[in-house]
Amino acid sequence: MSSYSKPLPTLEGFTADFYAWCKKGELRFQRCSSCSAWRHVPREMCPECGSDEWSWEKSAGKGRVFTWTVAERPLHPAFADSAPYAPVVVEMEEGVRVLSEMIDCPPSELKIDMPVEVSFEAVTEEVTLPKFRRVPSS
Amino acid sequence: MFELKNQAAIVGIGETKYCRKPGSGLSQLGIQLQAAKAAVADAGLSLKDIDGIMPFPNLGSAEELAANLGVENLRFATTVQTGGAAPVASLRIAAMAVCTGAANAVLIPAGWNAYSGSRARETVSQDVSSLPGGKIARDYYLPYGLTAPPQWYSLMARRHMHEYGTKAGQLGAIALAMRKHAQLNPNAVMHGKAMTLDDYLGSPMITDPYRMFDCCLETDGAAAVVVTTSERAADLANRPVSIVSVASGQPYPADEITNRKDIFETGLTIAAPEAFAAAGVTPKDIDFAEIYDCFTFEVLQQLEETGFCGRGEGGPFVEGGRIELGGELPVNTHGGLLSEAHVLGMNHIVEAVKQLRGAAGERQVADAELGVVTGWGDFGDGSIAILGRS
Repeated sequence: MSSYSKPLPTLEGFTADFYAWCKKGELRFQRCSSCSAWRHVPREMCPECGSDEWSWEKSAGKGRVFTWTVAERPLHPAFADSAPYAPVVVEMEEGVRVLSEMIDCPPSELKIDMPVEVSFEAVTEEVTLPKFRRVPSS
Repeated sequence: MFELKNQAAIVGIGETKYCRKPGSGLSQLGIQLQAAKAAVADAGLSLKDIDGIMPFPNLGSAEELAANLGVENLRFATTVQTGGAAPVASLRIAAMAVCTGAANAVLIPAGWNAYSGSRARETVSQDVSSLPGGKIARDYYLPYGLTAPPQWYSLMARRHMHEYGTKAGQLGAIALAMRKHAQLNPNAVMHGKAMTLDDYLGSPMITDPYRMFDCCLETDGAAAVVVTTSERAADLANRPVSIVSVASGQPYPADEITNRKDIFETGLTIAAPEAFAAAGVTPKDIDFAEIYDCFTFEVLQQLEETGFCGRGEGGPFVEGGRIELGGELPVNTHGGLLSEAHVLGMNHIVEAVKQLRGAAGERQVADAELGVVTGWGDFGDGSIAILGRS
C-alpha cells in the first residue's frame, strides 16, 4: 500500500474526523443539533439555522447517482494511468451530495439516479476513502 | 443610494498579439506591461496619469506593474478574488473608485503565457492552495481525480443534458459560432482554421461530455483597459464606452460545487437581474454579448442565467445561427476564449469596446449600442457589465 501515489486528504480538523469514521467503516456527516439539517462538506456552523451545536451522525450509506464526468484525458499526473475514470456525485438519502467514485461500474454503465451504496476502500494505512457500488434495484 | 449608471467609462483598450507556438517571448509581467502601455496610449493619457491599478488574481502585483510603468502616484490598488470573473467585476470597483475620487484613472490589466508558460491544467499539481475551494478541493475532490476546471464544470453540463435534453450538437453550435467569428479576426489564434460540426464531434473526448473543442484555448497574450469618469472621458482621444451598469455575484456555497440546492445557479444568476435593473434595460435591448467561454456549456448556462433565454432553453437558443454575427444575439464576436485566445476575459471587454466604438471592422455588429460582457471564475463566481455607446 506504500506505493499509493494519488492525492490524499490532509487529515486535520473536521476532515480528520470525517476520514477517521470512514476508517472505522462508517460514513458520517455533520448534523445540526438544533434544526436537524445534514451537511457536507464539514462546516463550523449550520448554514441553515446558525447553530454551533452539531454531531457526527451515521448515514444509511445509500444514495443515487446525481451526475458524473468521465476523465478520458487525465489532467493530473497522479491519474495518468487511470483513464478512463469517472468522478461521480452521489446524492445521499439524507440529502447531502458526495463526490466519489464507483468500485464496480465502468463509466459507460453509469446512469443518473442509479441506486448506489457506500463501500470503503483503505488506500493507505491512514486513509480510507468512501466509494460506492451498485445496488440492484428491487 | 449612489447611482453608478453611466458615471464612468472605458477610455482605453490595449492588446498584445495572441499566440501559441513558440510563445510570446515575454515574461508574464512583460506581456501585461505591453498591453497596459497600449491601453494608456489608446486613451490619449500619459502613464503618469494612471493612479489606480487592479491586477488579475495571482498574476502580478500592482507594485511591480507601477514600478515598471513609472506610475509614481499609485493611490488605489486592489484585486477582486473571483478568478475569471475578476476583469468584469473590476470595472465596477474601478468605476466606484473614479466616481468617489479614490483614483482619477484606473488601469486593469490581465495576461499570461498560458501556452509557453505553465499550463492551467498543471496549476493543481503545483499549488493546491491556488484552487477554488482550497482545502475542500484538496480533501474531498482530488483523491477521486476531480482535479481541473473542465471536470468540475462538466458535472453541471451532464446534469443539464439529463434534465433538459441538451445535446452535444448544441454545445457544438457554440464552438462553431466562436470559430466562425474568429475567421473575421486576424489576431485570433484560430483565424484561418475553419471548423465543421464533424470536426467538433470528432475531436477527442477530454472529460465526457466535454470534447477538446468544448474547451478554451491555452494561449499567450495580454489585454488591458483604462477606466475614468464619464466627465473626464469626454475630453479624451477616443469615443468613450459608457459603463452603464455592472454587478457581481457568487453561487451558494461558492467554495463547494456539488452541494448547491440548484446546481445551475451561479453568481450570474444573482448579478444579472441587478445589472439589468440598474441599467433600466432588459436582455431584449442588448445588441451583442461577450460571454466568458471557458467551456461551451458555460456559455449556454450563462445565456440562461443572464435571461437571454429561459432555464433549460439554452440548447435550442444557440442553434440556427442565433448567436452568430447576423443572428438575433451575436455572441463572442471576436472568437472568445474558445477561438480567439484565453486572455482571462479581458479580451471580451476589449471586444465589447471595439463594437461600441464602431471599430470592429469586418465583424462589426450593425448599430451596436448596448452590449453585455460576462465573467465566470472559480466554481461559478459571476460578473456582468452592460456597456453602452456614448
